[in-house]
Amino acid sequence: MSAHDLWILSPELSVAGLGIIVIIADLILNKKTPLIWLAAVGLTVPLVLTLILWFDTPDSELGVFGTVTADRLALFFHFLLIGTTAAVIVAGATYSKKFAGFQGEFLALMLLSVSGMMLLVASRDVITAYVALELSALPAAALAAFLRTDRSLEAGLKFLLLSALSSAVLLYGLVYLYGATGTTDIAGILEGINSMDADGDRAFGSSAIMLGVVMVVAGFGFKMAMAPFQMWVPDVYEGAPTPVVAFLSIASKSAAFAIVLRVLYTALGTDELAADWSILIAILAAITMTAGNLLALSQKNIKRMLGYSTVAHAGYLLVGLAAVAANSDSDGFIAGPQGVLYYLVAYALTNLAVFFAIIAITNRTGSDMISSFAGMARRAPLLSVLLALGILSLLGIPPTAGFLGKIFVFSAAVDSGLAWLAVIGVINSVVSAFYYLRVIRTMFLDEPETNERITADIPVWAATLVASAGLLVFGIAPSSLLEFARHAVSGVVT
Amino acid sequence: MFEGWLSIVIFLPAAAALIIALFLRNDSQVRWFAIGATVLNLVLIAITYLNYDRGAGGVQMVDRYADWIPVDGLRAEYLLGLDGLSAPLLLLTGLLTAVAAFASWRVTLRVREYFIWLLVLETAVLGVFTALDFLLFFIFWEIELIPMFMLISIWGSGRNKYSAMKFVIFTLAGSAFMLIGILALFLSSGVDTFAMVSIPSESIVGIPDRAAGIDLLIPAGAIWFLLFAAFAVKMPLWPVHSWLPDAHTDAPTAVSIMLAGVLLKMGGYGLIRVSVGMFQETKDFQVQDVAWLLATLAVISIIYGAVVTLKQTDLKRLVAFSSVSHMGFVVLGVSSIVGVGGKVTDAGLNGAALQMVTHGTITGLLFLSVGLVYDRAHTRYIPDLGGLALRWPLITASMLIAGLASLGLPGLSGFVAEISVFLGTYEVWSWLTAIGAFGVVLAAGYVLWMMQRTFFGPRNERFDDIDDANFIDMIPVAALVISIVAIGVYPKIVTEVFKIGISELVRI
Repeated sequence: MSAHDLWILSPELSVAGLGIIVIIADLILNKKTPLIWLAAVGLTVPLVLTLILWFDTPDSELGVFGTVTADRLALFFHFLLIGTTAAVIVAGATYSKKFAGFQGEFLALMLLSVSGMMLLVASRDVITAYVALELSALPAAALAAFLRTDRSLEAGLKFLLLSALSSAVLLYGLVYLYGATGTTDIAGILEGINSMDADGDRAFGSSAIMLGVVMVVAGFGFKMAMAPFQMWVPDVYEGAPTPVVAFLSIASKSAAFAIVLRVLYTALGTDELAADWSILIAILAAITMTAGNLLALSQKNIKRMLGYSTVAHAGYLLVGLAAVAANSDSDGFIAGPQGVLYYLVAYALTNLAVFFAIIAITNRTGSDMISSFAGMARRAPLLSVLLALGILSLLGIPPTAGFLGKIFVFSAAVDSGLAWLAVIGVINSVVSAFYYLRVIRTMFLDEPETNERITADIPVWAATLVASAGLLVFGIAPSSLLEFARHAVSGVVT
Repeated sequence: MFEGWLSIVIFLPAAAALIIALFLRNDSQVRWFAIGATVLNLVLIAITYLNYDRGAGGVQMVDRYADWIPVDGLRAEYLLGLDGLSAPLLLLTGLLTAVAAFASWRVTLRVREYFIWLLVLETAVLGVFTALDFLLFFIFWEIELIPMFMLISIWGSGRNKYSAMKFVIFTLAGSAFMLIGILALFLSSGVDTFAMVSIPSESIVGIPDRAAGIDLLIPAGAIWFLLFAAFAVKMPLWPVHSWLPDAHTDAPTAVSIMLAGVLLKMGGYGLIRVSVGMFQETKDFQVQDVAWLLATLAVISIIYGAVVTLKQTDLKRLVAFSSVSHMGFVVLGVSSIVGVGGKVTDAGLNGAALQMVTHGTITGLLFLSVGLVYDRAHTRYIPDLGGLALRWPLITASMLIAGLASLGLPGLSGFVAEISVFLGTYEVWSWLTAIGAFGVVLAAGYVLWMMQRTFFGPRNERFDDIDDANFIDMIPVAALVISIVAIGVYPKIVTEVFKIGISELVRI
């Protein structure tokens, strides 16, 4: 491994190293609180490294025999993942007191999982991607079980089993792609497909590639919470510790979308192929958002409800993915992937704000039921306003970032001749108003059980405020973020 | 250009709401501050209205920031401007919000939040009327939902939660279709702009000019219906009107005033600006092709609304259904766009636009009076009332003026608007107009019958100890009465400006 390789991998390595340092520090220190600050502050190191890589691009973006890259797309997601993790660690500070003496392990597992996700978004080789996926999934399963209650253990086990199953499916798919093209390199797969016989053997004409694509999409679909692989989501969300849920719903999902973006656009980006898999993705998108929204309607537990809402949002994101492919012939149009990235950031900020507000409130009330939020506007006025703002962003009401995100993906869909998909999307948004507004109504209208004021701890407070401010700022003045996203996708989508 | 004036006018209420949220704690302070802010805004809007250069016409006072969303695939601008169509509606919004703020005098529940939402609502509606970028228009259109949801569900009565949700779902469903329509228009190659009108001084060529005669992304007819769905729900037009009586009945007085007075006008404004303004020269489909549909739906709304109104026993529900009938006149006027022999007289459209303003003031006064009755009698059930005229002459007078204006008494504003609608449409749709005119007869029926049952008749001893409206109650009443009489006697103050806007919009 040369110095260049180390430099390319430095963000991932520094996060993993930080995880190990936290474990060692855990052995030495008696008090556990400093560990939280060590982890949160320590994340500035990978952040700075990523910044340097962004502004001072190395001569070759590829490293480790071309299996890992530090291109703009990877770096964009590094920012997103590091930021999310830091925020979750800070906001979960009080919550993690529930883990008694195990904060060190909790933080280390989270950091290791992130390093896996970062490696995943930086993979240029399907084998590396697979290994990175496993690295991110195993600690996540342990994290889900961290409360060690029945429900939490169930969540962890479910996540572990289904994750293993989906990995197997993914691996099968990758094997088919390898068999058909003779390489595991993502760019090489494209060349392999292009060099096939133009008549019978190409694209979905080749059953091997078709099987491969379907299985790869299915395998990553598990991570993205895409229907019909969404069954684990509500159970895990309900049982797992809330900070872990926030972490899974944002970090894990963004990483999965990043690698799907890369595989689909780089490895399978030929025009004929794209036309085929965009239909596949479009249908899955329609099913995913409809299933998520319909199932969310009857939920009484707010974490379960948000679980299904996550599924619905995966559907909206898939709309963006499907759109660009169908539109690949148009000149220089990249609003699709750019829109997907904007949407991911908007969704990350929104979900962070929502989950942090929920953490702040449930830390005190001890109940995840929506009914326990009754009259919260009087018990915790500002937290309720922030939570309501986040929910409105999930619903897609301006002037929040969630609104513009939806506009971007739907406009990409209309532009690509997928107007039917956009119509399904907006109808789904209307359906989602029922359950989102119900939460707001409960908080602002219903009589509180007690009049006891709820005050949040400073860290979770600050984290909620920052996330909410972000979703407002990007909702009103999106240009800087869009510019950032444009840089990120410019190298991948040609 | 960025003059900044319109932005100040529009965001002043929101800024006032922010100040209330951050600094004011005392309920009576909040009340005075909010009322002061709406009155100040009304003054600013009046200045704006008078400053609109009638000789020059066109879009004026443009606020433009072109790099708001600088993506090639979705280039939206922050673009505000005022033209002849929007200026009077801006004035109407300013007037009715000030009235609504005064009418909220007696609100005691969660006062701060109440006025915050009311002020945010004003900003949203003003934004709808001044935004000339289609995406910005849509954003303001959506923002208005949340304040209304809160105002109806927290401060409403009866089945308020149900009604508030119904209102939101209907509007969201309508605007969901509108969004697709907007995107389809924008993404059609050759259009590539969100500008709703052309502004030569800014070298902006808007959708009406660019979409003329070219192939759109999806057929123009489909886009028209997608957009029309949203406006039809908002107006509301039969058969998508059913949210309106519920929302009105359960909303607090001031919110009913806002809802009937200005929010319904968003639908009428959209219909004229978008459905008519952008689709006269589109390829393969023009709004003229569906004018028959507009006229038919309008007449059904007029007659159906009036017949149902006759049967109501709840005062507020009665006024609500009469709105369905009266907004039908707006659509009837718009349907004259098809013209006779290729020639469009804009009397019908002018009448439609004027009807929006007069309906806003008249229905505002009706709801205000009903609110005054309800505050005292604690019932709106007509059979329980009766003989109020003897006890409460002021309230009776205000209801009477509103009622007479509503049934189209000459000298009051309703007459001018309805007569110009009939004059404009009679040539085009003789039979339908004749049927629609029957709605005026029905209006006389339900207004007079309601007055007789509620205010006249034998003295009702139950209300002997309760006083008539006081000075503060009468301030908003007086403001509305003055505007109703003023427009009735000298309609030119409004129609002159509307004429400029309409004539620029009609392209045939």
